[in-house]
Amino acid sequence: MRALLVAFLMLLPGLALGSEEVVLGLSKDKVSITTSFDGSDILIFGAVKRETPIPEGPPLQVLITVTGPMAPVLVRRKEKAYGIWINRDAVEVDSAPSFYAVATTGPMKEVLKDVEDLRQKISIDRVIRSVGAPMNIMDSASFTDAVIRIRQDQGLYQQLEGEVALDEQTLFRTAIELPSNLVEGDYETRIFLTREGRVVSSYRTVIVVNKVGMERWLYGMAQENALLYGLMSLAIAIAAGWGASEAFRLLRQS
Amino acid sequence: MQIYLPIAEVSVNAFLILGLGGLVGILSGMFGVGGGFLITPLLFFVGIPPAVAVATSANQIVASSFSAILAHFRRKTVDLKMGMVLLAGGLVGSGLGVILFNYLKSIGQVDLMVRLCYVLFLGVVGLLMFIESVNAIRKSRQPIGPRKPSSRRHKSWIYAMPVKIRFRTSGLYISVFPPLLIGLLVGALAAVMGVGGGFIMVPAMIYLLGMPTKVVVGTSLFQIIFVAAFTTMLHAVTNHTVDTVLAVLLLLGGVIGAQFGTQFAMRLKAEQLRVLLALLVLLVCGKLALELLLMPSELYSLTRPGGH
Repeated sequence: MRALLVAFLMLLPGLALGSEEVVLGLSKDKVSITTSFDGSDILIFGAVKRETPIPEGPPLQVLITVTGPMAPVLVRRKEKAYGIWINRDAVEVDSAPSFYAVATTGPMKEVLKDVEDLRQKISIDRVIRSVGAPMNIMDSASFTDAVIRIRQDQGLYQQLEGEVALDEQTLFRTAIELPSNLVEGDYETRIFLTREGRVVSSYRTVIVVNKVGMERWLYGMAQENALLYGLMSLAIAIAAGWGASEAFRLLRQS
Repeated sequence: MQIYLPIAEVSVNAFLILGLGGLVGILSGMFGVGGGFLITPLLFFVGIPPAVAVATSANQIVASSFSAILAHFRRKTVDLKMGMVLLAGGLVGSGLGVILFNYLKSIGQVDLMVRLCYVLFLGVVGLLMFIESVNAIRKSRQPIGPRKPSSRRHKSWIYAMPVKIRFRTSGLYISVFPPLLIGLLVGALAAVMGVGGGFIMVPAMIYLLGMPTKVVVGTSLFQIIFVAAFTTMLHAVTNHTVDTVLAVLLLLGGVIGAQFGTQFAMRLKAEQLRVLLALLVLLVCGKLALELLLMPSELYSLTRPGGH
């Protein structure tokens, strides 16, 4: 009976009904993009709360994911034509995160079963959604791979296997590096506790990334009040250019 | 010092951009060119998205041309009437250029088009300038050589066209169509390439229209200011790609650089200066051409569907 109940609880991940629960701390739950913004480190730490002693058997594993805002991406591929390299085939990937980091206590294969990955959408391949490519493109998977590869190179997608430190199966912590080319939005942060590759508990929270101050003001104006923004850009540029050259002229005359 | 550009949405080193502006400023001080044709490709190289680079350099050109034209107004070397005709063509051309730009962007070929334009124009202008200045240096070494009589030859087909207008400052009586067409072409180039177009317009005004050299630069600046301002507005309204912070950084660097450039220019001979400029133009052209010809290390590129 008890074994049945345990099995039942394991099939209900995310409900945190199990005996193990996450208590989370973040070094900050808000990232402000200011003029001097040059990336940011976020420390994610916490503890596993239990009413009962640590269960026996395989050790607890922890997975932490941070997901930026999802958006469609148009992927183009260059081909050689008329002697030069030009864009030819294009595939629209329906939904891909602008940022994605997954940190684990061990190798991905050991801490997470494929079935669970499919259900919870944890590894990056599962997070990106691509419904289909145009009929003439046979290798649509290579376009999705390109999104992952390019964003990995830009530091936007990170796979941090073994980067979560876990003490006594209770205290865990990791640091996620947010690069300087961040976009605004809500960054969903999920923590999964697994045993034998099965999720036993999960927890989610949100880190908010926002442009602030001058960045916020200029960006907002350029989008919503484009005419005024254009005129202002011209005025500022003329004033700055003229002012600076007049200043130099005075400097030389004196 | 890193600075986050609000529109380009990338973090760049402020001193790198200041230095870039400064470098172009030195060149414009040394050679008397606007430098738009160098700023845009240099911004590509430091990783600014092409759409933002093109729109922002148009903004920067307005500012740098504005301080330059004040000096020309003081010297009365601006043919306002001719400027207006060129401008009328330029505004139409700029509108067409932005439409073309947005169409190319929607089919994903804007990078290619901008790069091809650069390779073509930089290549031709650089080569002509190089040949001309090398010849000039050779001539200056043998000063007793027979000099060709310099007569300004007017193209007969230009004089056969209807709707003639008298341009008093330039001392010309010609049809309005050639200047309108030149304005149109330069306006379209300004929108697509993010350049002022002085490097095309100045030779066209001298050789095609037969304008006196002393009013050419002021008049072209007059046209460039308004066309570039119009282009900036079009890009700002339709694409939201003008980055003020980037423009101001470029500009400040440019003004400082121009002061040094003028100093350098006084120590070098005019022909040597032109050979240097020609080599520089060809260098940028070669770098862009190589990127088109060699297999890129990354075949795929990511964009937002439907533009911004």
